[in-house]
Amino acid sequence: MEFTDDQLQRYSRHIILPEVGGKGQKKILNAKVFIIGAGGLGCPVGYYLAAAGVGTIGMIDNDTVELSNLQRQIAHNTKRLGVHKVDSAKETFEALNPDVNVVGIKDRISKDNILDLIKDYDIVVDGSDNFPTRYLVNDACVMLKKPLVSGAILKFEGQVTTILPGEGHCYRCLFEEMPPAGLVPSCQEAGVLGAITGVVGALQATEVLKLILGKGDVLKNTLLIYDALKVNFRRVKVPKNNDCAVCGLNPSITELQDYDAGYCRI
Amino acid sequence: MEDIKIDKRINIKGLICPYTFVKSKLAIEDIEVGETLEILLDYEEASRSIPKSMEDHGHKILKVEKINDTDWTITVRKEKE
Ligand SMILES: [Zn+2]
Repeated sequence: MEFTDDQLQRYSRHIILPEVGGKGQKKILNAKVFIIGAGGLGCPVGYYLAAAGVGTIGMIDNDTVELSNLQRQIAHNTKRLGVHKVDSAKETFEALNPDVNVVGIKDRISKDNILDLIKDYDIVVDGSDNFPTRYLVNDACVMLKKPLVSGAILKFEGQVTTILPGEGHCYRCLFEEMPPAGLVPSCQEAGVLGAITGVVGALQATEVLKLILGKGDVLKNTLLIYDALKVNFRRVKVPKNNDCAVCGLNPSITELQDYDAGYCRI
Repeated sequence: MEDIKIDKRINIKGLICPYTFVKSKLAIEDIEVGETLEILLDYEEASRSIPKSMEDHGHKILKVEKINDTDWTITVRKEKE
């Protein structure tokens, strides 16, 4: 594949980077990334991956755009209230970059559809806002050996970690069990500073691009915690746990479970 | 002066920065380590910036020559992938 003149201009600031070049930009154009959620994190992740030229971006979300989303979900806008978030995001991303094909899925991610949905993608990004989904996505990625870039936000704090199944830790090595429902407030209950989602989403997008390029270090065996009020980034070591229920030596979880049990989702 | 064997030539006259370097970089990606690329250009600033950028990327500048009132040639040897 040769670059068109438009592509040379669009990607010029990538191509002149020694770590990217024409070869790296072609890897980005051929990459397929699946994003769970078209909300606070899915919007900035998808936005930057679309700008970078990631050729195929899959996105799943069952919600429609609400006014209360627009304080942080930057792929949507006031004219798209009531529109499916994946349709809104597709319109935004494809308008930004016609090289990108956004595959939007209007559904809830579940144990019954996740393996099929992610199996043809290179990398998965978790931008979900609840624990059942986070564990579901983790377990599915471990089982399919898909790299997973996981992010979370609450109030003024964000977390990012990159899971390379077989090589490093997984989400269950980090937090063995799901916290009981109601213990950890959701962002709907506790609030979130909108701009935090941009910080965390841009970090996730950067991890994805480094994985595609095969350059630099990623947050393998590491949890990055961003405290916006203190303006502090902290890295916490997370060793792979050989007793982990899903990625350990003798995993007890060998098929996807009913993660919603005991959880009511809003 | 000994002749330098040129493996690939590109003409980027009419282009300005950063496309002068974008085209040059894509061209050097296409040749093998040890081979040489000759770049013909007419954008004066690039006659200084391309050699610097190529050296930053680890390649060897063999020659920079003003060949007439408007044009330069830059000869680079690819030193690494
Ligand atoms: Zn694990």
